Parts: sequence; structure tokens; C-alpha cells
Amino acid sequence: MSPDLLKLIFGRLGIESLPLHEPIVVGTFVMVALGGATLLAGLTYFRLWGYLWREWFTTVDHKRIGIMYMILGIVMLLRGFADALMMRGQQMLAFGGSEGYLNAHHYDQVFTAHGVIMIFFVAMPLVTGLMNYVVPLQIGARDVSFPFLNNFSFWMTVGGAVLVMASLFIGEFARTGWLAYPPLSNIGYSPDVGVDYYIWALQVAGVGTTLSGINLICTIVKLRCPGMTMMKMPVFTWTSLCTNILIVASFPVLTVVLALLSLDRYVGTNFFTNDFGGSPMMYVNLIWIWGHPEVYILVLPAFGIFSEVTSTFSGKRLFGYTSMVYATVVITILSYLVWLHHFFTMGSGASVNSFFGITTMIISIPTGAKMFNWLFTMYRGRIRYELPMMWTIAFMLTFVLGGMTGVLLAVPPADFVLHNSLFLIAHFHNVIIGGVVFGAFAGINYWFPKAFGFKLDVFWGKLSFWFWVVGFYLAFMPLYVLGLMGVTRRLRVFDDPSLQIWFVIAAIGAFLVFLGILSMLMQFAVSFLKREQLKDVTGDPWDARTLEWATSSPPPDYNFAFTPVVHDNDAWWDMKRRGYQRPLTGFKPIHMPSSTGTGIILAGFATAMGFGLIWYIWWLAAASFIAMLVVGIGHTFNYHRDFDIPADDVIRTEDARTKLLAGAK
Amino acid sequence: MSRLKILALLPLAVALSGCNYVVLAPAGDIAAQQRDLVIISTVLMLLIVVPVMALTVVFAWRYRQSNTSARYEPEWDHSTKLELVIWSAPLLIIICLGALTWMGTHLLDPYRTLGRIHADRAVDQSKAPLEVDVVALDWKWLFIYPDYGIATVNDLAAPVDRPINFRITASSVMNSFYIPALAGQIYAMPGMETKLHAVVNHPGTYKGFSANYSGAGFSGMHFNFQGLDDKGFDAWIASAKSAGGSLGRAEYLQLEKPSQNEPVRRYGTIDSDLYRLILNMCVETGKMCQSEMMAIDAKGGRGHEGLNNTLPLAYDKYARRGSSPLGPEPTFVAGTCTPDAPQGRTTASITAPVDTAPLTGAGLKRPTFTPLKSSSFFLGQRPKSDS
Repeated sequence: MSPDLLKLIFGRLGIESLPLHEPIVVGTFVMVALGGATLLAGLTYFRLWGYLWREWFTTVDHKRIGIMYMILGIVMLLRGFADALMMRGQQMLAFGGSEGYLNAHHYDQVFTAHGVIMIFFVAMPLVTGLMNYVVPLQIGARDVSFPFLNNFSFWMTVGGAVLVMASLFIGEFARTGWLAYPPLSNIGYSPDVGVDYYIWALQVAGVGTTLSGINLICTIVKLRCPGMTMMKMPVFTWTSLCTNILIVASFPVLTVVLALLSLDRYVGTNFFTNDFGGSPMMYVNLIWIWGHPEVYILVLPAFGIFSEVTSTFSGKRLFGYTSMVYATVVITILSYLVWLHHFFTMGSGASVNSFFGITTMIISIPTGAKMFNWLFTMYRGRIRYELPMMWTIAFMLTFVLGGMTGVLLAVPPADFVLHNSLFLIAHFHNVIIGGVVFGAFAGINYWFPKAFGFKLDVFWGKLSFWFWVVGFYLAFMPLYVLGLMGVTRRLRVFDDPSLQIWFVIAAIGAFLVFLGILSMLMQFAVSFLKREQLKDVTGDPWDARTLEWATSSPPPDYNFAFTPVVHDNDAWWDMKRRGYQRPLTGFKPIHMPSSTGTGIILAGFATAMGFGLIWYIWWLAAASFIAMLVVGIGHTFNYHRDFDIPADDVIRTEDARTKLLAGAK
Repeated sequence: MSRLKILALLPLAVALSGCNYVVLAPAGDIAAQQRDLVIISTVLMLLIVVPVMALTVVFAWRYRQSNTSARYEPEWDHSTKLELVIWSAPLLIIICLGALTWMGTHLLDPYRTLGRIHADRAVDQSKAPLEVDVVALDWKWLFIYPDYGIATVNDLAAPVDRPINFRITASSVMNSFYIPALAGQIYAMPGMETKLHAVVNHPGTYKGFSANYSGAGFSGMHFNFQGLDDKGFDAWIASAKSAGGSLGRAEYLQLEKPSQNEPVRRYGTIDSDLYRLILNMCVETGKMCQSEMMAIDAKGGRGHEGLNNTLPLAYDKYARRGSSPLGPEPTFVAGTCTPDAPQGRTTASITAPVDTAPLTGAGLKRPTFTPLKSSSFFLGQRPKSDS
């Protein structure tokens, strides 16, 4: 075939785009291919495809979508963590003239992919998954406001993740750092597909995130059960509301800034170039106007989880509910006024720098108030040290350290000496692992019995906890130390041999965290095998306080046979105290949304369009775009959007629960 | 939790066993003042962090389920007094820290000329500051000494106790110019100039590097910074002069090409206009300088005719590695015959205040308070050298 025709069909994709010369990547590919083939064969052999398609891929049930988000987050955690281990290995080895085992081409992709994956495809899905699962249950709703949109949002997030994973084997990922600052990320200095993968993965996933934000805001504002005023909402629902407001207000900025970068890269505009009036500084500002709220998008739901967990396991009302809510709202607003603290060193004047430094410090006031509120919730309580509570205590001790170093970095002159150093790396891992990741694990251990009807195994859970906590400190305390020695981030090789010991300690820590992740996977497996022993039939294994524990575990499709009525902000606690009796008769048919495959199909086309644009396969991009329009418009003619669960089915489900409950007594 | 705490302290114990904490023990007055701010802020925050951590441990232990002797009040969820305390305690700390930040940020503004060269020594007005023009290249550093007519690659020296005025730019991508022993970092950006004022107080050799990832050769983008006495510095200049070699526009365009782990190079003579051309991105002949472009635009621009004043790039900057698939070929704005009047250097500068005492309202007395003179208060300032 002529080269022109090949170019028309395949764009710049060619056999040389496959990283056959990188033994590490080829090895990984073989492993993934074998594992994938086994999985696919297994699914086919056990005839699970139909089940998966009907019950999971096309579902609009917020609970199943929530679970799928969690699975996505955990799978991507494995990939992101493999990158982390590779970095720790490289930095541990590359001393005294050694080049380590990764060349710059590979290493620079590894740290970029690590950051992108951990933020967008691990932390975000874990947080979104928990919100998706828990929020409708906590407010006594049957589903989210827009169930189809929820399914579509999830598959768009998966589409982004697929593109990032594809970059591992087809072509390469960006070598720019996780925020892809121009001019380095512009076409002049990064002409290959890496940055395009970055752009389209984030754009596709970003659509999902924004829509899911809109969806959850509507759900919380409109679908609360009778009696649940705003100031009677559980704190997790409050933090979810604020998080989703942040998502809706900040993700469009990311979309726009990446769109401008794409225009620079694809059609030669000059928004962020060095000449023709372009300014890379504009990109840095815009990306952080999204980037700083993003940090709070992640951590606010974690704060909500800790609030629920502390109150439940202390057997006590949350101390200072009102001030907790106000603190959350204040953090939400302030998070928009601090973005410049990420680049004090870009040459802003002293007044601008100190303004942003001081606004940053002010955020620590509501955050500190929250910390005290948890503390005084424990005060005069009866604390049960189940796994979620252990994660919470570890969070409280770890997060204050991270908060302290964060405020330190907010002092501009201090930032001048610590910016971009390993001290900064230690700081944000300290708050993200200590806050978001510990929070997600507390949430997983807390709500798992709700989702599956059995508790998680305690032995493996504790093992995972200790590996994680000890591993975290071993991995990141050395980085604080190295930062004070003036060691900067993203270095591939080092001269000074006296630094090596610290990197060795950090690598040991990372390995312990790895054992922590393995223990967690074991915890899931063991719990599944021991599910009969760990079974919970009451639906309320922790003697908890909020509405999600009022229904069965796992909840029926319709969540609540009768919409509950709320009189107190610890609604379920209040119901239990007042001797609430489950209604046993009078069930009616329940109106529910129908499953649809449109979400996954649309997201599939969006991903294909992204792939086409990345590789300059213009026909594929155009065809996928048109297909998206056709399917999208076609879906508006789908009139089979809802159905009624017959009263008989409801009666059967509820009677089964009545029997179970009677058996438990 | 106790096991955890011991493990957390372990690195600290090793840490105190003698390493080069350059950020905590720098050799320049600016870095020393920044270090002081780091320490003062940390101590201020520990005032609240330590009690919080202690209370966490105490409450977690005391109110455990098995301790039935502890009070249990499941309905107690509010106390106005406590709420006042938990909001005002962090607030007070932040007020102190905020005041410190406002002052520190202004006093240590890298654009501001130095007010002192050491905690107890004022600037010697008879000595002119040392001017150094810094250019971050792919992937090495170019230092131009305009007053001495020399330039070096990956080699920087300055006399002890003489203020240094850095003007910083870059050729292609963003870097950050950082010598931890001397002063905090500042970004180096193409087509733009940042400034840094600093002074080195102790002779020695210190590490300098780029602190902002800039591509494949980033790890090798470091240099030595030498603090020398006056005699040593004169000798250093003389050796650079005698090294021969000259750096003009043509040589610069060669030097600008991406290369990694560059050895030290010295140029005895330089094109005195070179830094201005680099900053204005017009080292290649025929390209319009940005200063010129801005001057034209400031007068209203050239309208539609200006659109035709671009030329396709037969060659681009050597660092450029690709171009967009759908856009036009890369172009540049061609130079015109207008005299390149604006010199592309801002003359505005921020000068250090004569008196650093805080301002007061009319008729009020100044409090007896001397800001930020506690330079060697916590750790002592010890000379540190890498060599």
C-alpha cells in the first residue's frame, strides 16, 4: 500500500509505535495479555457475558454503579502503584554513576502516569463510587436524579482509564509531569502521542466527572426524604454536596484549558506558546484554578466518611454538627481563592504572594475545627476499634502532620526553598494518602457489609492497615528529610551518595505499602470465602446512626419499600431509639428506571474518537463523533425508560427480610 | 499506636546523625532568613499540632470500649465554649502566622534589592552589586557576566558578601533556578524575565540546579556555585577571560541545541547584546524582538498589514521537535526597520526599605520590636560547603 493510504487509514500509528524495544513494557504486556485472555475465557466459559451486560454494564442502579467505580479505582490503584514501585526502585538504584534501570524516556512517563492515574483514576473513582453508593441511601432516595446519566458518567470515566492503559502498549504516555505545563507539553517540545493521550484521557473522563457532579447535586437537593432538611442531612451527604459543587464549578476550567492546549497542538494556535502573544503562565494559572479545588474534591468526602465513622464507633452524636457543616462550606468557598500558592516562584509580586499565602492558611482554621470536632466526638464516647475506626485514628494522627507542612509551604519565602522539592512530595502524599486513601479504606470497610451483606475479614484488614500505615511513614518521612537537604523532585539519577540511604528507606516503605495492598486483596478474597461466617442479616452491623443502615444488606433494588420520614439528623439512631417497627403490609408497586446500553455505547464511541484524535486517524475520530450524535439522538426516542416493580415482588423481598430478621433474633 | 510513633521517629533519629541539611544551614543571608521563617512557622504550628496529636492519643485510649469507668454521654454534642475555643485557637495562630507571612514575603521578595548582607551587616554602598544574567537552556545553564564580558556554562561564582542581582530567563521550556545554599528558587521562563537578589556569606562550593522538570536531560542540569573571596573571584574572572572562546549569536544558536550532562565551559568574550536578544527571543537574525513587537502593539499595532509580516520558519529554534498536524507551518514575526528602542529591560525595581520597622497610625508610637533580625537564633549559622 502506498504510504499516503497507510497514513490515511492509520494516521501516525505504525508498527514502530509498539514499544517492542522496551523489555519491561513487553513483559508487562505479556502478563496483562495472558491475564486478560484468562479472564475473558473464564467469562465465556461460565457464560457470564449476558449476566454482566444485563445486570452490571447496562445497569442504572446507583449501588451497582458505585461498586463498579470502586472496582475501577482498585484496579487502577494496582497500575498506579506499580509505577510508584518503579520510581522508588529507580531512585534507590541510580547512584554513583549508575543510570538505574529506567532510561529518561521511560522514567519520565512513569512519574507522569503515576500522578495522572492516582488522582484521576484511583482517588476520583473511589470517592465518586462511595458517594454514588451511599448518598441516595443516606437521604432515603430510590436512585439518583438521572440514573441513565449516572451510567454514562461511569463509562466515560472508564473510557479515560482505557486510554491511559492503552498508552502503555500502543505508543507512549506524556513525559511532562502530571499537569503537563507548556511549553514542554506543547507540540514544539512534545510532538509525540504522549500528551495527546493525556489530553483525551482527561477530556473523556472529565465529561463523566462533571455530569456525575451535576447528577449528585440534583439528587441531594431534590430527592431527600420528607423531614430531612438541609441541616438534618448526614455529614457525608453534606461533604458530598460540597464536593460536587466544586466538581461542577472547577472541571469545566480543566476542560477549557485542555481544549486550548489541544488547539495549540492540533491547529497551531498560540495560547500557551512562547511567542505570538502566547503565555504558558496562563496555563499554569488555569490548571491550578481547577487543580486546587480538585484537592478538596477528593478530601471533603473523606472528611465526611471520618465524621460518620467517628460518630458511629464512638456510639455518640457527632460533636458540633453545625460547625462541621459551616466548616465544610467555608472550605468549599476558600478552595477557590488559593490556587496561586502552587507557583509562588513564578514571579508574582510580594502582595499577591502573601494574599494567596494567607488565604491558604485561613483554610486550616475550618480544617482544624473539623479535627477538634472529631476529637470531641470521641470524648466521652465508647470507642469500638473496628477497622474503619482504626483508619480514622491513623488519619487524625497523619493528617495533622500533612496539614502542618502544608501551612508551612503556604508561607511564600518558605515555599521558595521547599517548592518542587521532595518535601513538597512528602507533604501532598501525607495529605492525600493520610486523608483521601485512609478515608476511602475507612469507607470501604465501613460500608462493605451494607453493599454485600457480610463484613470484611478483620485479620487481613488489620494486616493491611499496619502495612499501609507503617509503610506510609517509612516511605514519606525520608522524603521530608531529603527535601530539607535541597533534593528536588522528578530526578532520575543522583550524584551525592550520602542521599542513597534515604531512598532505600523510602523504597522499603513503598514495599510495605505494596504488602498492604496485597493484604487488602487477600482481605476481599478471604471475606468472600468466609461470607457465611461474616454474614450480617440485620442490615445494621455497626449499630450505626444514618438511614442507609435502616434497609437490608445488600439493599433491595428500590432501597426502601416505603420512603422513610426523618425527625433527627441521626435518623436511624432516632428511629431505633423510638422503637421503630418495620412496616410489614401495605406494599405498593415501585416505579423504577430501566437499564440501558446507551451509556456504554456512547462512552465507547467517545473513547474511539479520543484514540482517533491521538493518532491523527481523522476518519475514525469523525466517524465516532457522528456515531455518538446518532446514538445520543436515537436514545431520545427510547420510550422504555421505566417500569414498575410489581407489589408482589416487593412483598416477596420484604417477607424474605422479615424471616431473616426473625432468624437473627 | 505506640509502635507507629516509634517507627515515625526512627528516620528522625537517623536524620540527626549528620547530613547536609542545606535548607536548614545555608550559606547566604536570604536563604538563612527563609530558613528562619521555616522554623518559626513550624514552631508556631506545633503549638497546636502537638496538643491535637496528644489529645487524639489520650481520647482514643481513655474512651476505648473496654474502659467502662470512663464517662459515656451519647447525647452530648454541643458546647458553645468549646466551639469558641476550637475556632479561635487556630485563628490566633493563623493571625500570627499571617502577619509573619505578610512581612516575610515583602522583605524577602526576590525582586527586591538587598537591605543587608548579613544579620548584622548593612550593604556596602560603595560596592556595586554583581550582575549575572542566567539563561536556562535545554539542558544546561548559561551564566553571563555583563560587567566582566564573560560567560560560562554550568559554572557560577560570586564574591562573598557582595550582593548579586540575577536576571533569569530560559530558551525553550520552563525551569527553576535554585541554589539552596544561596536563596530560594525562581522560575526561568522563555520570553520572560524573573529576578533574584541574593548574597553569599561563606566561601565554599554549593550545588545549584533546575528545580522544575524540563524534559529528558533534567537530571543532569546542575552546576556548582562557588562563593569566593574578592581575590579568588578576580582570579576566577581572569581564568575565564584567558579561556578564550567567544559567545556570539551564532555560537549561542549552537549552544542552545538540546544536550545533556554538559561539562563546564567558559567564554572570554561575549556579544554584549546577547542576553537581551535571548530574552526577546530574537537571536536568529531577521526575527522581530518581542520588545519591538510590544512597542508596536502599545502604539496600536500595525493592523491588518501586520498579519503579512510573518515568515515561514526555514529553521526553527533548535529545541523545537515537532509541529501541529492541522495548523499552518510554524512562522515568526519578521523584523522591521523600526529602531529597537525599548531595551526589553524593565528599569523599574523594588528597593529595600531603609527602615524595616512596622508602620504606625498617626500619633501612635512604634512598638519596640525588631523584625526578622533573629537570623542565627535557632540553629546558628554555620558555613556549609559541598566540597
